[in-house]
Amino acid sequence: MKSGSNLERILESGHFAVCAEAGPPKGSSPKVIQKKGGPLKSCCDAVNVTDNQTAIVRMSSISGCVLLKELGLEPVLQMVVRDRNRLALQSDLLGAAALGIRNVLCLSGDHQKFGNHPTAKGVYDIDSIQFLQMVKTMRDEHKFINGEDISGDVPFFIGAAANPFADPFEFRVTRLAKKINAGADFIQTQGIFDVAKFVEWMKMVRDRGLHERTHILAGLIPMKSVGMARYMRNNVPGLSVPKVLVDRMADSKDPKEEGVKICVEAIEQLTDVEGVHGVHVMAVAWEDIVPRIVEEAGLMPRPVV
Amino acid sequence: MIVGERKPFDEIVGFVRDCKKILIAGCNECVTVCCAGGKKEVGILSSALKMAFSKEGKDLEVKEVTLERQCDPEYVQQLSEYYDQYDAIVSMACGVGVQELAMSYQDKLVFPALNTNFMGASQGQGVWEERCQGCGACVLGRTGGLCPIARCAKSLLNGPCGGSMNGKCEISKDVDCVWQLIIDRLTGLNQLQMLEDIFPVKDWSCAGHGGPRKVVREDLKS
Ligand code: SF4
Ligand code: SF4
Repeated sequence: MKSGSNLERILESGHFAVCAEAGPPKGSSPKVIQKKGGPLKSCCDAVNVTDNQTAIVRMSSISGCVLLKELGLEPVLQMVVRDRNRLALQSDLLGAAALGIRNVLCLSGDHQKFGNHPTAKGVYDIDSIQFLQMVKTMRDEHKFINGEDISGDVPFFIGAAANPFADPFEFRVTRLAKKINAGADFIQTQGIFDVAKFVEWMKMVRDRGLHERTHILAGLIPMKSVGMARYMRNNVPGLSVPKVLVDRMADSKDPKEEGVKICVEAIEQLTDVEGVHGVHVMAVAWEDIVPRIVEEAGLMPRPVV
Repeated sequence: MIVGERKPFDEIVGFVRDCKKILIAGCNECVTVCCAGGKKEVGILSSALKMAFSKEGKDLEVKEVTLERQCDPEYVQQLSEYYDQYDAIVSMACGVGVQELAMSYQDKLVFPALNTNFMGASQGQGVWEERCQGCGACVLGRTGGLCPIARCAKSLLNGPCGGSMNGKCEISKDVDCVWQLIIDRLTGLNQLQMLEDIFPVKDWSCAGHGGPRKVVREDLKS
């Protein structure tokens, strides 16, 4: 075991994993994240805590992780290189390890231009692939990025993101390979709406044997309204929402119900794809729907390993 | 070249509001080429300032001069004979020129008339794009001759982020994703395998994060 985290144990023992996501609040109350965590506890193996998501300042992801841990959930610490240089990243990793956080997801982060501090200076000292390599070196060699020794263990199960829907499509598999070579133990993908395109990407992944070197968790974003579907289709770079799904949402008398149905159908298709080892449900501001989705997708109860 | 553009007029007026005689100094290099601070722009600024002053019932005497280069002490010295007759110098050079004047004429107020933008290239009439950040350790040999430091919004060194769509950067549909351009170019050259290896963390100390930089060429020193 690299980290001994629940997520690692589930995946290494060959179970199909379920992750969800909880975004910290734009404020200091612990209740918000505790409330989001509550319904996720029994239906997920681990819960991602986002890091100033979409470049909007929120409570730190480390604090969110600790609050979830206190409730008995297993957190995945998301960290972006947009806001921290190599010193800050390494020091936060040591702190996270000390606080018992065992999963980390290494990301570039959305550009600061999108957020609520668009005039900020972005850091981008290292990129997400160099970040993965750094965490792996800290864990496996007990060394900082400058080669100096670290005292104590830094046991993280290391994750990375992959977006099969961004361009250039063919290079996306190369980028995945680089992330695996850098140290990614697991991958959480961008939200999948275009299942056919994802399946095509997974074939390229398998052709390079990459599915055997990491655990790929397929990302899902349940849609709450046709407005959300349209917004994601037209305004979110890196998302690909087929028109048929927008139409289904538009034609439905009960869009929330339709959104759940679309999500469950996608999970059912994705579980059959060779090399997919789990799902990651990102129900932004709709965390309490996750238990139902997991149940209806036939992924309950969660295994205890 | 260094690309600059003139500051808003009111900001410049604010600098010289209390002056009676000013010297406006243009530069005959980059800022002439990008139509921001050459002889022509010196003339335009001079007329506009005089007009603004006369509207307020004030007089402004302006001496217009355009130096060959403001980043070279040899040319900057040319002002030494008469600069002291003026209350202030307004430099229409890039930030380098402004500072050369300021350091040469310690007893004189010097104001910038331009915002210095970047090192870039002309992309047709009236359009310039950033190309280089002077990072001190050029990586173009590994990126198909296109710069991910200056032209990727996140300065990524290992390929495009998940926001690259239809050749454009996630920050704007008006900005090319340089990683798409790099990949297209290396694909055309049959060199895409160059991007398979992990590009190691960059040394930013020579990119300005190690403090102000200086180049000394012993072989050329007198
Ligand atoms: S790599 Fe550095 S020196 Fe080379 S073009 Fe880019 S910023 Fe300029
Ligand atoms: S879209 Fe391309 S240029 Fe923009 S930040 Fe991502 S990789 Fe860099």
